Amino acid sequence: MASQIISAVGVMVVGVFACALYYWLSDKILQVVLPTPSGDVQLASRNLNRRAVIRPWLFLGPALLLLGVYLVYPVVATVILSFYGRSGDVFVGLANYRWAISDAGFRQSIFNNFLWLLVVPAACTFLGLVIAVLTDRIWWGNIAKSLVFMPMAISFVGASVIWKFIYEYRGAGETQIGLLNAIVTFFGGDPQVWIALPFWNNFFLMAILIWIQTGFAMVILSAALRGIPEETIEAAVIDGASGWQIFWKIMVPQIWSTIAVVWTTITILVLKVFDIVLTMTNGQWDTMVLANLMFDWMFRGGGDSGRSAVIALVIMAAVTPIMVWNIRQANRESEGH
Amino acid sequence: MTALATRIRRIGLPRLAVHLSVLLIVIIWLIPTLGILVTSVRDRDQITTSGWWTAFSSSVQTSAARLGDPSEQRQEGAAYVIAGNVFEEGAAGTVRAFGVRVQEPAAFEAGEAAEIGDGETLTVNEDGSYVHASTAPFEGSRGQRVYLSVASAPEFTLENYERVIAAEGLGQSFINSLTVTIPATIIPILIAAFAAYALSWMQFPGRALILATIIGLIVVPLQMSLIPLLRLYNEISILFGVPSKTYAGIWLAHTAFGMPLAIYLLRNYIAGLPKEIIESARVDGASDFEIFMKIVLPLSFPALASFAIFQFLWVWNDLLIAIVFLGTGRDQLVLTGSLNALLGSRGGNWEILTASAFITIIIPLLVFFGLQRYLVRGLLAGSVKGG
Repeated sequence: MASQIISAVGVMVVGVFACALYYWLSDKILQVVLPTPSGDVQLASRNLNRRAVIRPWLFLGPALLLLGVYLVYPVVATVILSFYGRSGDVFVGLANYRWAISDAGFRQSIFNNFLWLLVVPAACTFLGLVIAVLTDRIWWGNIAKSLVFMPMAISFVGASVIWKFIYEYRGAGETQIGLLNAIVTFFGGDPQVWIALPFWNNFFLMAILIWIQTGFAMVILSAALRGIPEETIEAAVIDGASGWQIFWKIMVPQIWSTIAVVWTTITILVLKVFDIVLTMTNGQWDTMVLANLMFDWMFRGGGDSGRSAVIALVIMAAVTPIMVWNIRQANRESEGH
Repeated sequence: MTALATRIRRIGLPRLAVHLSVLLIVIIWLIPTLGILVTSVRDRDQITTSGWWTAFSSSVQTSAARLGDPSEQRQEGAAYVIAGNVFEEGAAGTVRAFGVRVQEPAAFEAGEAAEIGDGETLTVNEDGSYVHASTAPFEGSRGQRVYLSVASAPEFTLENYERVIAAEGLGQSFINSLTVTIPATIIPILIAAFAAYALSWMQFPGRALILATIIGLIVVPLQMSLIPLLRLYNEISILFGVPSKTYAGIWLAHTAFGMPLAIYLLRNYIAGLPKEIIESARVDGASDFEIFMKIVLPLSFPALASFAIFQFLWVWNDLLIAIVFLGTGRDQLVLTGSLNALLGSRGGNWEILTASAFITIIIPLLVFFGLQRYLVRGLLAGSVKGG
């Protein structure tokens, strides 16, 4: 055990150090290659200018290289691979796309993803908003927030184990050790294998993501709610508005842009949801979603890169509108500066 | 009077309702985690026979035992008696009820003198001692079979943890997770901070385009990258004769995948630093490298910390990248991977699963509660525009 720890630490130090060395060394080399001798003012100023031209690229270099290799190149390569056969060397035209349209598993995944998109962002945003409003008016609100926020730190796999235990099923008549079945049998119902109930099991999986993400929505929305000018609410109170009216007609419209940000962030997360389905059902009982179908095709029967590339592109296509919106938003902001 | 009643109606009751509903929400949110925490320290037999919410009260189990055989009988007056204890040595518990037929395993209360037919009587006391008496001598070679409802006191144990850490390899996975996570947290911060500085305070052609591209890359799904990268890794491994699944490989992958968000968050912060400080340092002749190291880096500490926490949680909790870019051998399996494997191989062994799950989530939870302030700040910087 001790030797493993030592080698792990050694590997870590080398990795981090090599990275730091690059920046230090590249700057030193720049200074040596382009010297600024005090005697030759002209050369010095010319070299200073050259340094100023080169230096941004030294600073940006590693980041651009990584982004290029790990994100930009793969996007292009995936598009190309989607026109090729299972091992990526035979051109098959649109065959993979035609397969996707006619494949029952693919349609099931699209349908399930659609369900997730419909339910999870809405549920998280709504619950997050409600909890933010409620906790903002009590003295122990911060503790409550912290506890609702906590699942955010738990991995999807860990959360899946936690919830699988809640959905645990024992035959009728036996003692139920899963909380949900215990509650159901306590009220006289029959225990169910919750994660194997087609269609409804999707919602039991969604509950996990909602449990994790509501805290995120709550934190962001709570900050936005605090940013609402007091006067607008006071004015509404004086005008005799009820709490309900104040919430829907005064508060919600003012934080509309934040709600949109929360909604889209969770939407992107939902499109990529993978771990929960993998660990809970592995796509069985009609719970398959695109990310898992894609993973499945990556390795199933030695892997089919063409088909899984098509599935990846469908996920990409779904996030593209959000991407465009993000860039626009950011541009508008930097213009405002 | 009516004014007071109105007041209570307008302030008191709704306020109480708010307290109660928040309490309810918090309880609902906590119960799942509490369930595995409690289960992970319970005795494995108790886990399967009773729900974890009963862990603090004693649990009742039905078990079977065999009384002493006829060779142990003694004659006491007119009666023949076999006496002893239904518990094996070392076992403990309280007998609540007993019975002699499997259909009615709890027909008689403990301590009751039960008529069990053929002139035989049986008494089993709470401490497990029994007296089996008969008017005729006992015959045969085997003792009477009895069924017992035994209440055992709540038992808590760290055995499950010992078992998963050693036998199930969670200890090794813990180290593997650390080996993946620490460099995959520090390296992207360093690289992203330099890039963010360049994008905020240096002039060069194409700056706006690069920034827009990076913001666009934030949402690119990982799935897009997997197939080409897997092929690339395999080609490199064949070309240079190195293994395709290495720690360096996964560090780079995590670094790259965290890079867009890192640059975006850090740039927002670094671009907001006071212009005068950086300008005056430039006037004093400091190079950009010096300005970055001596002024920008220390000033950006809050943003760096926020991102570090994000990246740490994200890498520690990741499963997809780990199972694609790391091997499944013991020396490379990270905690999430182990837990996923255990779900397959130990599906019903909740003492193993819950203890493993808790080991997996303990570090993120500590980070979360210790550094929540930075986490919230980072979230707000990333999501609330202009915040």
